[in-house]
Amino acid sequence: MSDEQSFTLDGRRIPFQNGQTVMQAALEAGVYIPHLCFNPEFTPHGSCRVCLVKVNNRMQAACTTPAADGQTVQSETEELREIRRGILQMLFVEGNHVCPACEKSGACQLQAVAYYTGMLAPHFKHFYPRRPVDASHPEAVIDFNRCILCELCVRASRDVDGKNIFAVEGRGIQAHLVVNTPSGQLGATGFSLHDKAAQVCPTGSILTKHRGYDIPIGQRLYDRKPINVVGDVAQLPDRQGGRRHD
Amino acid sequence: MVESSMLTETIRDIVQHHSGMPTRLLQILRDVQDRLTWLSPETLERVAEELSISPNKVRSVAEFYSFLYTTPRGRYDILFSDNITDRMLGNRELLHYLCGRLKVSIGETRSDGLVTIGTTSCTGMCDQGPAALVNGYTLTRLNPSRLDGIANLIESRIPLAEWPRELFEVYSNLRRADILLGRHFADGSALRAVLKRGPEAIMEEMVKSGLRGQGGAGFGSAAKWISCRNAPGNVKYVVCNADEGEPGTFKDRVLMQDFADLVFEGMTLCGRVIGAQHGFVYLRGEYRYMLNPLKATLQRRREAGLLGEAILGDISFNFDIEIHLGAGAYVCGEESALIESLEGKHGVPRIRPPFPTTHGYLNKPTVVNNVETFAAAAKIAVEGGDWFASRGTAQSKGTKLLSVSGDCERPGIYEYPFGITVNRVLEDCGAHDAQGIQMAGPAGHMISAKQFDRRICFEDLATGGSFMVFDQKRDILDGVRNFAHFFVHESCGFCTPCRVGTSLMRDLMDKVHTGHGTRYDLEEMRKLGRIMQAGCHCGLGQTAPNPVLDSLDQFPEAYERRLRSTAYEPAFDLNAALEEARQLTGRSDPGAYLNEEDLLVGAMP
Ligand SMILES: Cc1cc2nc3c(=O)[nH]c(=O)nc-3n(C[C@H](O)[C@H](O)[C@H](O)COP(=O)(O)O)c2cc1C
Ligand code: SF4
Ligand code: SF4
Ligand code: FES
Ligand code: FES
Repeated sequence: MSDEQSFTLDGRRIPFQNGQTVMQAALEAGVYIPHLCFNPEFTPHGSCRVCLVKVNNRMQAACTTPAADGQTVQSETEELREIRRGILQMLFVEGNHVCPACEKSGACQLQAVAYYTGMLAPHFKHFYPRRPVDASHPEAVIDFNRCILCELCVRASRDVDGKNIFAVEGRGIQAHLVVNTPSGQLGATGFSLHDKAAQVCPTGSILTKHRGYDIPIGQRLYDRKPINVVGDVAQLPDRQGGRRHD
Repeated sequence: MVESSMLTETIRDIVQHHSGMPTRLLQILRDVQDRLTWLSPETLERVAEELSISPNKVRSVAEFYSFLYTTPRGRYDILFSDNITDRMLGNRELLHYLCGRLKVSIGETRSDGLVTIGTTSCTGMCDQGPAALVNGYTLTRLNPSRLDGIANLIESRIPLAEWPRELFEVYSNLRRADILLGRHFADGSALRAVLKRGPEAIMEEMVKSGLRGQGGAGFGSAAKWISCRNAPGNVKYVVCNADEGEPGTFKDRVLMQDFADLVFEGMTLCGRVIGAQHGFVYLRGEYRYMLNPLKATLQRRREAGLLGEAILGDISFNFDIEIHLGAGAYVCGEESALIESLEGKHGVPRIRPPFPTTHGYLNKPTVVNNVETFAAAAKIAVEGGDWFASRGTAQSKGTKLLSVSGDCERPGIYEYPFGITVNRVLEDCGAHDAQGIQMAGPAGHMISAKQFDRRICFEDLATGGSFMVFDQKRDILDGVRNFAHFFVHESCGFCTPCRVGTSLMRDLMDKVHTGHGTRYDLEEMRKLGRIMQAGCHCGLGQTAPNPVLDSLDQFPEAYERRLRSTAYEPAFDLNAALEEARQLTGRSDPGAYLNEEDLLVGAMP
């Protein structure tokens, strides 16, 4: 019977249904695998690589690997934690993440996943890209310095909002988020805070204007409990410091 | 400047010529650029309008491929091939020489808009470099006197069509032939075989032959064809991967140039076997000079009843082939990125599974094979699987074409049975003093003389065909550094460890190469390499650290020589501090660098 299918994740039995990925099945079973570009409401993307696990001894992204009966999956090993830390450190040096000056500090998934994996410092040499902030919209600001190219806003705006406001352009290290208007300004689009695209960013790239520091530092989302207990910003309501507007 | 209404008309003509198909977007942008020299924002908007697609789709393609320009370029656009083999032959000096002659700096367009000079990844002319492209057409065997001629042609604004043919002459340099290249093949004989014996019998021969993909990964070709044949659906596709982007490889170029009929026949055969009526050749942009001759070959085959409708008079046998030209993106050799590119998109590898055999071009079942694989399949259909399997080793049947370049007397194409030793190849090509070989290109492995008795086959040293020789007078690290830069340029940018890791690796390699590295940096390179191998989304990122990791193991002395005496990083490194200042101020002028060598590094893509 298909509902009997299962794999093991760090020794624990995880049941799954046909068509589910390792990530989806783990999430449903309440087991946390670190992730950034994955959001259960969207088709998997597989780009951040933070969700790397070993499936039958092969490195795979948990969010894109189909679950299969009898698979052995490893996640919380020192080897994988080290690789994940390395990948997170790459994200931190690629952009400009000045956490103490960031409105989302403490309620940022990137930061929370970094804590979770034991990342203490960015380690690599900073790239210091020059990316201007877009404050042209009356309600929202985009700070491209904090974008990690997870394309969640791209997917949300295209697939849910039907507005297709965001896109990633450029190749390799030149890849960057753009706003789809001739001027490239968010103010020239029909973007609204009620858009799904306004509720999915795992970092502090897309921010609400005229609101800042409502919840004091020290009492924010991930300040007291780690992300594996609290969950993703996109799944938590605004009033708890998450991003979801119900 | 083209007037707005003229611009619209030009674009409309080109779009109509491509039947207004969005899947042909890359081809459309290539043609538009040919007319206008670059793709302005307005041009891109018009193209989007004419195709009724969103402007950002058009922009994302224009921004992705290195041969598409979104900033103005000169009427003559020259790109020097910058593989390590070009460098061995002195391309950097020639690049500076031509820049001097034409009074233009690297990467810039001259103020009168006449000429731009830049660099590009390996153009597949490693046996006859230094090479370059002018408006996409290959120039070979460059030297100062050829460059003088070229500079004069440009200054006198002579149209490319009137340039002396010998500048564009490409040799085949076929040095050794075995069963694939050595025996005559009668056009149509493989197609007659499949009509006479039926697809099942041909598949049996394929199974017996043991043929494995010649693109490098070595997946069983029969299994691939069978899986696609069995995949549900009536519409299927055959795709020939002629992207040949691996630096140091040029055997597919020679096959397409001298044996195109054999390759097309293999594709047509595949079409019959899997039940496809449509084939694509994805020809790398660097081989643009072959586009028209190949189209002529296709036309001749149609007229001979070997392609098109009712092949060999059988009304149930319909198959045609279309050629798509790439535009400078190594990642598009990866089969799923290639398919994205064929669909008119930017070339980001797909999530696999599903694989192309069930979800390929337009999500239909698709066989993607290398050029050489199709050529071998055509021969197998005629001569039989046993004939093919009589050559080679237990796990690697048949023969392999090697593209040999670098420090040897006779660079060119060598066909060997699988299982040949590296030593034998070195002997045959006249490499007397080799210290190392870059096998299978930068994505493959670097081996030192201690390993020259190893055998070339899937059991030992697997290869797609690139074989670059470094002799004793070379600094291995020149190659490693060149490859590190290559991967930065070619990363598609989709996944974190490749997008960021390739740049970090390049910076570390530059630091070590210029004598500023410490033992700590070598450890960093190893650590970074492990993360990339384990974490990247596709083969590009997973193999990108190979040259560094291999050379650390095989040529430790090359690193030792360049290390700072101390194991610790100095408390204050003036150059590093300057680098940060440069990044912050966006300066790249000579005054911002300590010496010329560092400046060169900064100026490279
Ligand atoms: C970055 C990258 C580049 C590749 N480039 C090529 C190429 O230029 N030609 C090729 O045949 N295969 C290339 N491949 C391998 C293809 O993905 C695929 O395996 C191959 O075309 C299948 O054909 P085969 O089975 O006949 O070898 C590349 C793979 C990667 C990851
Ligand atoms: S996005 Fe997150 S990690 Fe980045 S600066 Fe803001 S709080 Fe810090
Ligand atoms: S802005 Fe946020 S959601 Fe959008 S790609 Fe960047 S990090 Fe992801
Ligand atoms: S969460 Fe799986 S790759 Fe990003
Ligand atoms: S960017 Fe292509 S493999 Fe990661």
